Amino acid sequence: MDLRYSDSQQAFRAEVRAWLSEHVPANSLPSFDTEEGFEAHRDWERTLAEGNWGMVTWPEAYGGRGCDLIEWLIFEEEYYRAGAPLRVNQNGIFLLGPTLMEYGTEEQKARFIPAMASGDEIWAQAWSEPNAGSDMAAIRCRATRDGDDYIINGQKIWSTRAVYADWGFGLFRTDPESERHHGLSKILVPLTAEGVTVRPIRQLNGLPGFAEIFFDDVRVPSFNVLGGEGEGWRIAMATAGFERGLMLRSPARFQQAAKRLVSLYRERAGELLDPSVEDAVLRCHMDAEAYALSTYQTASKLVAGGSIGPEASCNKIFWSELDLLIHETAMKLLGARGELEPSNAAQVAELGTWLDGFMFAQSGPIYAGTNEIQRNIIAERMLGMPRK
Amino acid sequence: MGMDFTFSEDQHTFVDAVRGMLTSEVTPDRIRARWENDTGIDGALLEQIADLGVMGMLVPETLGGLGLGPTDFVMLAQAAGEVALPEPVVEQAAVVGPLLTDILERGLGGESIQSRLDDLVGGKISTAVAHPINPFVNFADQADWLLVGRGEDVCLVSRDQIELRPQASVDPSRRIAEVDVNVDDAASLATGDVGADLWRRTLNRGALNSAAQLLGLAEAMVNQSVRYTSDRSQFGRAIGVNQAVKHLLADVAVQIEYAKPVIYRAAYTVEVSPSRADFAVSHAKVAASRAALMAARHCIQVHGAMGYTWECDLQIWVKRAWALGREWGDEGFHKNRIHEWLLQPNALLGPEFTFGRRSLADTVAA
Repeated sequence: MDLRYSDSQQAFRAEVRAWLSEHVPANSLPSFDTEEGFEAHRDWERTLAEGNWGMVTWPEAYGGRGCDLIEWLIFEEEYYRAGAPLRVNQNGIFLLGPTLMEYGTEEQKARFIPAMASGDEIWAQAWSEPNAGSDMAAIRCRATRDGDDYIINGQKIWSTRAVYADWGFGLFRTDPESERHHGLSKILVPLTAEGVTVRPIRQLNGLPGFAEIFFDDVRVPSFNVLGGEGEGWRIAMATAGFERGLMLRSPARFQQAAKRLVSLYRERAGELLDPSVEDAVLRCHMDAEAYALSTYQTASKLVAGGSIGPEASCNKIFWSELDLLIHETAMKLLGARGELEPSNAAQVAELGTWLDGFMFAQSGPIYAGTNEIQRNIIAERMLGMPRK
Repeated sequence: MGMDFTFSEDQHTFVDAVRGMLTSEVTPDRIRARWENDTGIDGALLEQIADLGVMGMLVPETLGGLGLGPTDFVMLAQAAGEVALPEPVVEQAAVVGPLLTDILERGLGGESIQSRLDDLVGGKISTAVAHPINPFVNFADQADWLLVGRGEDVCLVSRDQIELRPQASVDPSRRIAEVDVNVDDAASLATGDVGADLWRRTLNRGALNSAAQLLGLAEAMVNQSVRYTSDRSQFGRAIGVNQAVKHLLADVAVQIEYAKPVIYRAAYTVEVSPSRADFAVSHAKVAASRAALMAARHCIQVHGAMGYTWECDLQIWVKRAWALGREWGDEGFHKNRIHEWLLQPNALLGPEFTFGRRSLADTVAA
């Protein structure tokens, strides 16, 4: 055990910090769930890609830097420290990217990864269906083989970023006779294809952060099947592993939020506060640190050749509840003025983005597998409790 | 090499060996037998543990020990918690031994301190520590000598200067006593800043090792509860099938999972910088107490009425958790240390400071 960064890790941090200080936009970008904001965030992805910072863990041949997970954590720490924009292509780079690297053919990697890295193709998720939410094996959306193509019919819902994204990925039933988790394939679909209709769904904050996608005889080449026909469930579990595991929510995000919370608390400490606030601030700080420490522990294990175990199911519960507590506590500190939607520069300066974050935090315990499902997984797979 | 937050093969191998021995020797029946005997201690077991080198692990080789550090010991303290070991092995090896070592290495003690240390390494409890933060000393009646505070001074007093007032702990495995000492007559081994530093290091070591034991206790309580809820049937199926039961234990599993790295960071910090480990140690104690107290509550709950009986062995772990959560600084003490730290304008907060300034070179100083 050695909890010090090496000279080369330090040098890497310095390099990241220097680049970000020159390139991060001075003013925060509009939300990527608006058309204008989406394009502004796409431009930022391009800027990152030009500096080879799009996805540092990818091989250099794909625009990355071949970094290990510790360096990825360092990059993320500097990224959040610098207040750089959120990643509009996170579905692509953090979820699909690692799966493509593992299961894609060389041709598929060459086709999809550079465009993902450059921001030219932004990705949406297309997992859930109206009757396949927590029960993802109930997927019915069909992809029927027709020569070298598949013809897709059906509906997806809750597809994050689908309103403005270029591509979507998800599971489709390629074997019409199959049931449950058999006969599913992971397919990549251009959202501009003929027969695709995207209907935006407004989220709690009023913006269309997700959408319904309707497929009406949508033709995609078999080239777009990832990992082979019928292998979808196995591959999706791997993607879900990455999502719940290491990459979807890097600890720096919460450490930075906890730091802002402590600042807010220091400013208000002399005022008459809800007595529970002090304890909550402490807990937010501690839990953000704990999440970072746990991620470093897992990253160290993986770097040393180990693998992620079922304990990774704990992650999602921990960070999503932490995110809620951070924002609930900030809202308590804002008191009655927490009701305000900031509508001018003075209010933005006073109230920050806490309300926005508070609303978004409501979704954390729901997306990527509800926390109730996660608790079932922990009980059954990690603790070994009986299924029936 | 750089950042590496894993334990070595050697560290795992050693703890596995000790855990194996403890698991076969420290059973609930034998723990209950100790409740009935005078000393509460199994002397033969202490010798066995000493033979494995555990007692002197943290004592330098030049002073007769193995010369290892808190990161080597922390999983052993955890294993002691897993079996709810009644004997004060962890406190002797990880608190008393290092304090005697500190005294010798600073040239503050002579042969009498060395022979206290020799006893300890051999598995004989001849010295206890009465740290000002603890109102009670566990197994003080075993000790011929006591290290005790007088203001910031550290004093060594002998048995005839000590008056013990035994108290009943909620945990029948613990033999606690209030200690009265006529400190006016005692000679100081250390005074002023040196004494204060020794007490601070001792507190951090005590709290770290309480935290590690609490972690082991929590894990053991969950394991017993998984077994119980798999075996116990109602409505024609195991009660553990029910989500309401599953989620109670899953919640504990999450707290345990996120207490672990916090405790291991605290062990590392105590190893490299015992006087500056307050923040890491307090976090560890708070996180471990939270996990263990939630384990105690939820595990009693999933045992149903059995959980509220004297017969059910779960009480051995539950009551230890109730006691250790209070020793070496309770939750309030440790939260206040963190609170004080957080309110300092120069506190190192934010993503780049997970491992403190020490982990960063000057090139990226804040």
